[in-house]
Amino acid sequence: MSAPAVTSLANAGGTALAAEALPVTSLAAAGLALRRDLTLALRKPAQLIQPLTFFALVTMLFPLAISPQLSQLRQVAPGALWAAALLASLLALEFLFRDDSQDGTLEQYALSGKSLTALIFAKTLAHWLLTGVPLALMAPLAAIALGAPTAALPGIIAAVVLGSVSLSLVGSIGAALTLNIKRSSALLSLLTLPLSLPVLIFGARATQVAISGGSLIAPLELLGALAVLGVTLAPLAAAAAVRISLE
Amino acid sequence: MSPNTLEAENLHLWRGDRHVLRGVGFSLPAGQCLKLTGANGTGKTSLLRTLAGLMYPEEGRVRFCGADVRADLRAFQGSLAYLGHEPPLKADLTARENLRYWIGTRRRLSDALLRAGLARVGAEALAGRLVRTLSAGQRRRVALAGLSLCAVPLWLLDEPATNLDTEGQALVGSLIAEQLARGGLAVAAVHHELSGLGAVHQLELAA
Repeated sequence: MSAPAVTSLANAGGTALAAEALPVTSLAAAGLALRRDLTLALRKPAQLIQPLTFFALVTMLFPLAISPQLSQLRQVAPGALWAAALLASLLALEFLFRDDSQDGTLEQYALSGKSLTALIFAKTLAHWLLTGVPLALMAPLAAIALGAPTAALPGIIAAVVLGSVSLSLVGSIGAALTLNIKRSSALLSLLTLPLSLPVLIFGARATQVAISGGSLIAPLELLGALAVLGVTLAPLAAAAAVRISLE
Repeated sequence: MSPNTLEAENLHLWRGDRHVLRGVGFSLPAGQCLKLTGANGTGKTSLLRTLAGLMYPEEGRVRFCGADVRADLRAFQGSLAYLGHEPPLKADLTARENLRYWIGTRRRLSDALLRAGLARVGAEALAGRLVRTLSAGQRRRVALAGLSLCAVPLWLLDEPATNLDTEGQALVGSLIAEQLARGGLAVAAVHHELSGLGAVHQLELAA
């Protein structure tokens, strides 16, 4: 369908407000959506701090609950680190689309004439920057608390960076599917956790290899492949789920 | 290309077991306004959302400029502005930031244009204030500034004058009149008279 150009509207006697209309690309619109979410998050830091605090508390409590012996801690470190990262990521997911759904922002995105997939991807990217990256930055502290040697830290950071990309993307699908459901936390977990299991398994394996000093290439490649798969498919699925929720 | 015309043909919409729209149809030529009236729950909002392509009718179709809107939904949605019950504004952003991030996803916005948009609705002084500090009427004015900045041929308005004083209601009428004078169209669900407009088509929805 050929929609009438905005400029033709302006030529029909429009005011200055209409006359200067120049379209923006979907990429530029996505950039604005990303900036907006980052601005909003920095003005409400409590939502940012909650998952990080959870991650820090869980990983710091493990040494107290199990044993301060490094050999024992190193054995449970990969599992503890990734289970905590996964649950911390879940905590933040509830907020991914909720406010935008309630105040009509998602509706305006859907009606913007721009790719909803690009806009949803921008929102997910903002979510990753605000939760995944801080988790990756905090991972070395948690790893040291769990007895990991300092030589393992770069590998652990790389694994958490790659793994958290997939966690955010998988989570975006769950968050979009549960948009119109009240008290959706339990359902969100049920939907998201099974899809996140490959990330948990490969992430824990990468951490284990990093601690034992082995080659990280294979586990990091697997985490990278999952991230690529997520970037390719998750925004499409999440955008479709958002459209359904707007009906 | 046909001139700006909006046509609805035999629209039937069900929400669960409720038959909300029962064969609604109309044809609205360029420069005209359609006023939707009817008691609460008669489907005014549902009709607006169906026209916007947010809801899928079980039967019937919507045509814009002679073409079925479903043929290229994204292009059609880029040609319309929809203002729902609640202004799509973020409480933790200023009025200016809200407009930049909302309307900026649709068109390029300069600072001068933003100022002009806010000035047009008498909200220039609100530009730097956080939306959480604005009254409901002031928020509505900021949303109307966004509407006037959209520069699209079709406006779909759901109670656009909610929370506005008499002057604000007259402002809504004059904004719609400007839109029609540009050759655009407007469909508005309203409970009061739209001042400043000439002949307005009316569609009464029944329960």
